[in-house]
Amino acid sequence: MLHGTAIIFTSFAYLGLLFAIAYFADKRADAGRSVIASPYIYSLSLAVYATAWTFYGSVGRAASDGIGFLPIYIGPTLMIALWWVVLRKILRISKQNRITSLADFIASRYGKSALLGGLVTIIAIIGILPYISLQLKAVSNSFTILVQYPEIIMPITVGETPAREDTALWVAMILAAFTIAFGTRHLDVAEHHQGMVAAIAFESLVKLLAFLAVGVFVTFGIYNGFGDLFARAAAVPKLRAMMTPLEGVAGGYANWVWLTILSMMAIMFLPRQFQVAVIENVNEKHLSKAIWLFPLYMLAINVFVLPIAFGGLLRFPDGTVDADTFVLTLPMAEKHELLALLVFIGGLSAATGMVIVETIALSTMACNDLVMPLLLRWSRLRLNERRDLTGLLLGIRRGAIVVILLLGYSYFKLAGEAYALVSIGLISFAAVAQFAPAILGGIFWKGGTRLGALWGLSAGFAVWLYTLLLPALARSGWLPISFLEQGPFGIELLRPLQLFGLAGLDQITHAMIWSMLMNIGAYVGVSLLVAQSADEHRQASLFVDVFKQTGEASGARFWRGTASVPDLYNLLARFFGAASADSTFAEYAGARGLRWPEDALIADAELVHYVEVQLAGAIGAASARVMVASVVTEEALTIDEVREILDEASQVVVYSHRLEQKSRELEAATAELRAANERLKELDRLKDDFVSTVTHELRTPLTSIRAFTEILLDDPDVEPAQRRKFLGIITKEAERLTRLINEVLDLAKIESGKADWVESGVDMKEVIADTLAAMDQVFNEKNIKVEARLPDRVPTVTADLDRMIQVMLNLLSNAAKFCDSTSGRVEIELTERDGALRVDVHDNGRGVRPEEHEAIFSKFHQVGDTLTGKPQGSGLGLHISRQIVEHFGGRMWVESHPGTGARFSFTLPVGAR
Amino acid sequence: MSEFQSKGQRFVALCMLGLVLFNYPILALFNVSGTVLGVPVLYAYLFVAWAALIALMVIVAETVD
Repeated sequence: MLHGTAIIFTSFAYLGLLFAIAYFADKRADAGRSVIASPYIYSLSLAVYATAWTFYGSVGRAASDGIGFLPIYIGPTLMIALWWVVLRKILRISKQNRITSLADFIASRYGKSALLGGLVTIIAIIGILPYISLQLKAVSNSFTILVQYPEIIMPITVGETPAREDTALWVAMILAAFTIAFGTRHLDVAEHHQGMVAAIAFESLVKLLAFLAVGVFVTFGIYNGFGDLFARAAAVPKLRAMMTPLEGVAGGYANWVWLTILSMMAIMFLPRQFQVAVIENVNEKHLSKAIWLFPLYMLAINVFVLPIAFGGLLRFPDGTVDADTFVLTLPMAEKHELLALLVFIGGLSAATGMVIVETIALSTMACNDLVMPLLLRWSRLRLNERRDLTGLLLGIRRGAIVVILLLGYSYFKLAGEAYALVSIGLISFAAVAQFAPAILGGIFWKGGTRLGALWGLSAGFAVWLYTLLLPALARSGWLPISFLEQGPFGIELLRPLQLFGLAGLDQITHAMIWSMLMNIGAYVGVSLLVAQSADEHRQASLFVDVFKQTGEASGARFWRGTASVPDLYNLLARFFGAASADSTFAEYAGARGLRWPEDALIADAELVHYVEVQLAGAIGAASARVMVASVVTEEALTIDEVREILDEASQVVVYSHRLEQKSRELEAATAELRAANERLKELDRLKDDFVSTVTHELRTPLTSIRAFTEILLDDPDVEPAQRRKFLGIITKEAERLTRLINEVLDLAKIESGKADWVESGVDMKEVIADTLAAMDQVFNEKNIKVEARLPDRVPTVTADLDRMIQVMLNLLSNAAKFCDSTSGRVEIELTERDGALRVDVHDNGRGVRPEEHEAIFSKFHQVGDTLTGKPQGSGLGLHISRQIVEHFGGRMWVESHPGTGARFSFTLPVGAR
Repeated sequence: MSEFQSKGQRFVALCMLGLVLFNYPILALFNVSGTVLGVPVLYAYLFVAWAALIALMVIVAETVD
C-alpha cells in the first residue's frame, strides 16, 4: 500500500498545504492583518530549532549513550533564561539599525566592515553545510526505508543505486524551488517573511504531533507504559548500563558540560535561529511568552526519546537496524502504515522547516554581505548607475539558495555516511559557536575592535576546519587516514583529534576547547592592542548603549557633509522602486510636519542617516554605507571628534539625570515640610481650642463660687436657711471644679502616654456589680429602675481595674443623667462573643442625634441644651472612657435614635493582650 | 527600567540555578541504579528538574512588578 508514488504524492500534498498557508499569511500581511503577530506563533517558529536531528537523530544518540542527546535541549533552556538580558538587547539593536542577518549584525557592530561581514558569511555557509546535508540525508533515508515496506532494509545495504543518489538530489532541488518561492518573492524593506514564519509555525506543530504519536504508540501500544518498558530494558545488561551513563566514561561530565555550552551558543547564533528570533520578530513583547513556551516545546518533544530508543533496541537487538531510524522502523515493524507515513511527514516537516529558514538566512547574508559589496566595488559593472536593482538583488538570493543546497548535497555525498545524524549536526554547532565572542563581546564591551573580531573569528574557524571538518573528510576517504592517526607529515603533536596531545575527550569537546581558546584569546588580545577607528568607536557605543539611545536619529549626530535630496531619493528608488521610495520619504516628511513631495526637504545629516538605515534593511549595513557614500560628499570625522560627540552626549545625559534626581529630591523634601507644617498648625489650633475651652469650663463654676461667697461676705444677715443653700452650691461647684481639673490632668496623662496602667485579669461582671452598688443611691434618688443581665461566668479581660470602674461609672452616671425624668429605666447587659466581652448600657432618655454619634466622644463636647440649662458635666468623660477602652484593644460606640434612648456599648478582647 | 533590571536579575539567577542542577556534582547524585515510578532515577531527575526550571521561568516571565 505504501507505494513510492503514494508517498511522493502525500509529500507534495503536504508541501502544497504549507505553501497555501504561507500564501494566505502573506496576503493577510499585505492587508495589514498579520497572522504572525502573536507570541504563540513566535514561540512555535522558534521551534525550527528542532530539525530532523531532533526527530530522528535524538533517538539514535539516546540508543548509544542514554541521555547524551539532552544537553542539546537543556543548554538552550538555560540560554533562554538569559534572553531577557541578551536577546532583548540584540532585538533593540537590530530594530534600530535595521539589521538583516547575523553577518550584518557583526559587520555593523565593528564599523560597518564589509570584510568582517564577508568572513562571517563564509564561516556560516561552510559551517552550516553539514547541518543541511543532515536534513537531506534524513529525508532521503526515511524515504528509501519507507518504500521498502513491509521489509525493513537499511539504505546502506540497499547500496549505491542510482535511484538512491537521486533521492537526495531530488530532495535538494525540490527544497530549493520551494524556498525560492517562499523567501524571495519580493524584496521587503523590513526583511520580514510573514508567510514563511506562519508555515514554519505550522510545521512545528506537525512534527511535535507526529513525534508524540510515535512515542505514545511505542510506550503504551507496544509496551504497557514507561514502567514496563524500562523494566524490560533493565533486564538486558547492555541497556541497563545506559541508565547510569555518566559513570566510568572518561570525561563524561566534561562532554556533557561542553555540549550544554555548545547548544547554548547554537540557540542564539545559528543563522536560522537568529532569523526567526531577531529578524522575523514583530514585537519585542512576544519575548516574555516565548521564554517559557519554547523550552516547554523542547521538553515535550523529548519526553518519548528514551522510550523509543529502548523500544527500538529491544525490538531490533541484533543491530541491523540503524538507531537513527527507530522512529520510523518501529511503526513499520508493527505494521502500522499510517503511523509510519505520519512519521515520514513529521520528519519532512522538521527537515524542510530547517532548510527553508536556514537557506533564506544564508542567502540574505550571501547577497548583502558577500556578493553585493563585491559587485559595488567592481566599478566596471557601473552598478551605481543602474536604474533598478531589485531584480538583481532577488536574482542573487535565488542563486545563493540553489548553490547552498547543492553544496549541502555535495557534503552529504562527500562525508554524509561516516557519521550519525547528531554528530553531523554538532559539527555545525561548533562552527556557529565561533560567532559568540564577537557578538556577545560586541554588545556588552565597547572595547572590542574590528581587527579583534576578524582575528578571533579567523582563528576559531581555522581550528574548527582542522579539528572537525578535515577529520570528517578523512574518515570518508577523501584524505589519507594517516592524517588522523599520525598527524600531518607524521608530526604527532598536530594530530587533528588530539591537538597538542590533548586526548581523552570526544571530538566535539576537543574542538570546542581549542577553537574557543584561540577565538576568545585573539578577539580580546587584538582588541586590547589595536586602537579603534572613528567608525568603530561610534558603532560600539551605539550597540552597547542601545537602551540609552532615543530613536533612530541618534546615529545622525556622527555625520557631516553635503548631499542632495533627489540623489538620495533616486538611490532608494533604485532598490525599492519609486512607489516605495515615495512612501518612505513621505513618512520621513510626515514625522517632521511636512508633506512629500510638495514641501522642500533639507538633505541634512538626519535625512542621510534615515536613507542609509532604510537601505541597510534591504542590502545590509556595509553595502548601504557604500551606496550612500557614492551619492553624497562626506567629511570624515576623526576619532577625537567622535569621542567628543559621545562624551558630550553622555555628559549631557549624566548631567540631566543628576538634575532630575535633585529636583525629585527637592520636591519630596518640600512635600514633607508642607505636611509637617500642616500638622503643626493643626496642633497649634487644637491647643488653642483646648486652652480656651478649659479656661471657659473653669470660669463657670468659679464665677458662681465667687458670686455666692461675695453675697455671704457682703451681707452678714443672710438667713441661715439661705446661707446653707448658698454654701451647698459653693461646695458643689468646688467639687465640680476639682473633678474637672482631675479629668483634665487625667486626659493629659493618657494622651501623652504617661498614664500609669495597672494591668491585671479583670472580671467585668464584678466591675459592673460594684459600680451598680456604688450608684445605687443615685438611681434611687431619681427613681430609676435598673436591670442588669449578666451571665453566670465570663472570662477575664486584661485591663486596669480602677480604669474599668471609671469607664462604667461614667456610662452609668451619664445614663442616670439623661434618663427619662419620670419613669427612668436603665438596662445593662454583658455578653461574650467572638473572643470579646461586650457591655451595653441602655437608657430610655431622649437619645442622641445621629450627627452627634461621633462628636460626643470628642473633648469638651456636651449634650446639654446650650440655650436653657447649663451643661451637665465636664464633656471629658466619654472621651476619656473611649481612650481607656481603646488602650486595652477594644472599641466604644453609641447607637441611638432620638426619642428611643441611647445604647452605649464597648468591647474588650478576652484573655492576655 | 528598574522593572526590567529586577526581571533580568531573576532570569540570570534561574540560569545559574540551571547550570548547577544540570552539572557535576548534583548530576552525579542521581547517576545511580534504581527507578522512580518505573523510570530510571537519572532520567526522572533530568525531566522533573527541567520541568521545574520551566515552571520558574513561567513565574518570572509572567510576573508584573
